[in-house]
Amino acid sequence: MSFLLVQALSGLATAATLFLVSSGLTIVFGVTRIVNFAHGSFYMVGAYAGWSLIERFGGTPAGFWGSVAAAALAMGVLGAAMEVGLLRRLYRSPELFQLLGTFGIVLVVQDLTAWAWGPEDLLGRRAPGLKGSIDILDQPFPLYDLVLIGLGPLVLGLLWLLFNRTRWGTLVRAATQDREMTSALGVDPARLFTGVLFLGCALAGLGGALQVPRESVTLQMDMAIVVEAFVVVVVGGMGSLTGAFLASLLIGQLQAFGILVFPQITLVLVFLFMAVVLVLRPHGLLGRAEEVPPTATAAVTVPLSAGRHAGPWALALLALLAAAPLVAGDYALILLTEVVILALFAASLHLLIGLGGLVSFGHAAWFGLGAYGSALLVKHLGAPMPLALAGAPVLAGLGALVAGWFCVRRSGLYFAMLTLAFAQIVWSIAFQWYAVTGGDNGILGVWPPGWAAGKATYYWLTLGLCGGTLWLLRRVAFAPFGYALRAGRDSGLRAESVGIDVRRFQWMAFVLAGTAAGLAGGLYAFAKGSVFPTLLAVPQSVDALVMVLMGGIQTVAGPLAGAVAFHLLESEVMSLTDWWRLVLGLIIVALVLIFPKGIVGFLSGFRRRA
Amino acid sequence: MSELVVRDLQRSFGGVQAVGGVSFTLRSGDLLALIGPNGAGKSTCFNLLNGQLRPDSGSIKLDGTELVGLPPRRIWALGVGRTFQITATFASMTVAENVQMVLLSRARRLFGLWRPAAAQFREPALALLERVGMAAQADRPCGVLAYGDVKRVELAMALASEPTVLLMDEPTAGMAPAERLALMALTAELVRERGLAVLFTEHDMDAVFGHATSVLVLDRGRLIAEGSPDRVRADPRVQSVYLGGEA
Repeated sequence: MSFLLVQALSGLATAATLFLVSSGLTIVFGVTRIVNFAHGSFYMVGAYAGWSLIERFGGTPAGFWGSVAAAALAMGVLGAAMEVGLLRRLYRSPELFQLLGTFGIVLVVQDLTAWAWGPEDLLGRRAPGLKGSIDILDQPFPLYDLVLIGLGPLVLGLLWLLFNRTRWGTLVRAATQDREMTSALGVDPARLFTGVLFLGCALAGLGGALQVPRESVTLQMDMAIVVEAFVVVVVGGMGSLTGAFLASLLIGQLQAFGILVFPQITLVLVFLFMAVVLVLRPHGLLGRAEEVPPTATAAVTVPLSAGRHAGPWALALLALLAAAPLVAGDYALILLTEVVILALFAASLHLLIGLGGLVSFGHAAWFGLGAYGSALLVKHLGAPMPLALAGAPVLAGLGALVAGWFCVRRSGLYFAMLTLAFAQIVWSIAFQWYAVTGGDNGILGVWPPGWAAGKATYYWLTLGLCGGTLWLLRRVAFAPFGYALRAGRDSGLRAESVGIDVRRFQWMAFVLAGTAAGLAGGLYAFAKGSVFPTLLAVPQSVDALVMVLMGGIQTVAGPLAGAVAFHLLESEVMSLTDWWRLVLGLIIVALVLIFPKGIVGFLSGFRRRA
Repeated sequence: MSELVVRDLQRSFGGVQAVGGVSFTLRSGDLLALIGPNGAGKSTCFNLLNGQLRPDSGSIKLDGTELVGLPPRRIWALGVGRTFQITATFASMTVAENVQMVLLSRARRLFGLWRPAAAQFREPALALLERVGMAAQADRPCGVLAYGDVKRVELAMALASEPTVLLMDEPTAGMAPAERLALMALTAELVRERGLAVLFTEHDMDAVFGHATSVLVLDRGRLIAEGSPDRVRADPRVQSVYLGGEA
């Protein structure tokens, strides 16, 4: 009994941190309509800054709490700077650009933090005066956690006062409900938004700095917390403070007790909980039905172009690629094999984004599922390569069939969040189910058999399978199926009113894209000889998005160009520096701000102007 | 001969009754106008008829088949076409492709994965565009058309499904006066030619009284008058709540 109580209390302490971070996220979303991927970075840097200050001044209670407050304020200032420098240019962009742009910041901040504080985990000192624990029904419980538990409701109360009893808060609420009306009334939205980012990021920094006495400060804190905060915000209802509070409590308890019952799959539990809530209450626990901007992609007014003479060009390119082993060395062939695989991966995502307007933030799930499918078939059943390669798209397709049923129920940001959640589920299974997947160590020794072991042979095999699938995807894009998908994106209302079951087409497209990505994943496993959980992780999904974006959304050839450019950049430029995250992050930000139409779109726009 | 019978349709939002007990019958050859001041419940009425909203109570029967509770695409499949107040076309496709999509959907060929869509049903699509006077712009992207032209594309799309009943929500809103008359004349012609049953809402009184075969007047969710244009025009109640308000 007392054990359960202590477990519940530690759930409450977790909930308090979750609430601090997610309240900031939800406030920022409510006003700016931007889901700030970098929110976790402010939490992380808040923790690092807090650690440094506490090391220096944290000997006394005043010094400790002053350090925490200073770290929070510093994060607020950085957040305001990000609003002025980046977000302000993204308010009218499609959500894909907003998510990607802020993810670019995540990468940049990761490297800058590693540069400033080093790669080692840091252990902070305990809070003076709160070092001990007290007995609750004969079970010891840390005093500091008790303080945290009290802090959650306190912050909720203060925020309530701020939003309901001050002029600034009233303006923020007004802007949350109707941005245009608020600015029509003479309120400068720019200043309001800067202030909101200050508040939101200060809350994240506060949450981070408060963690210093509880756990070590690491470079992985940012992604871990931001994904959890996404779940809290989506479960609570996007933009709802009370909802975030309620969801934090529920998820805190779910984690505290989930770890007792299913220690292996606590992460899965959290994401399943979110998926169930979204199906039962589409707008979250306390969210209101409101119009989340439906624009998934840039306003598409130009018909999807097949490109003139596309057929001959594609054949010429294929012939050129097929002849590559005659001149290219082993290293170049390995590179080319990977490029071809990534091209299929990117093209499968493009099917969802470019045709369906469905921005998936978890497409790596299907790529990784294919890779793991192949590897597991080889490792546990001793399957020969052709069978293992056939299994990859099947497993990925089945996974996409299940996840897709949930995901296509929602559109826009919610779709992005749901796909992210499912990718995290698959990732955590690969990461935590040690006995089968090898966890962190991955699965090694997935090599092609003798007849396909030559670099040239495997390259030709890859080229044939990927080229064939790409050609099929292209046919589908221009067939009635692809048109129906676009019809649903252009105007769901009109599509339904002429007999198109939009959701069904989206679901099928999701499965098709997942299957194709699975094949790419299977080929990738044999090309690399191993699989690791990183293949399923968020950065891999973002890589795919960057490839699609680099190539341009509005052209079928775009993802291919994007895959080539991205992979060359990754292997030839970023491998030269230890700061590849910084480089990649800056590239993403530049892409989002300067070339929103991608390489192919930029070139054809150039040609049209010339 | 088709018959759309609407009986005692009701729908509230919160405490506000938007549509309260509306009944009427629409038959082939009718060009029935639904008019009323802003907020009278016209759009709600339309959204109830095509299944976008579910009524709290009442029935909508098309030739004896109950439509209440069916999703929009089922209602469409039974022969009820519609055009939207705020135009909704597939902006990333050409004008012809927009119409081809409806023809493909009608023929249940949307799940085709192989043959290019642009090559299917192009001739019938062009014929429909010819009928509404848009053939010359068939290969332009729909997203760049003038507003009045989009309205005509919508009409061609509605016709492509060979509806027996056509619901047109403010078909001429945003058009120039000459265009309005042309579109209403075209609609009236189609009603005669194909035996369509058309229900339309409209703010433009010239369009209503110039072309409608009969008129329904809605005020605060209730029908306050119905009958021939002349009778409705002469109705003192209509004059006070509606025409009187405009004068």
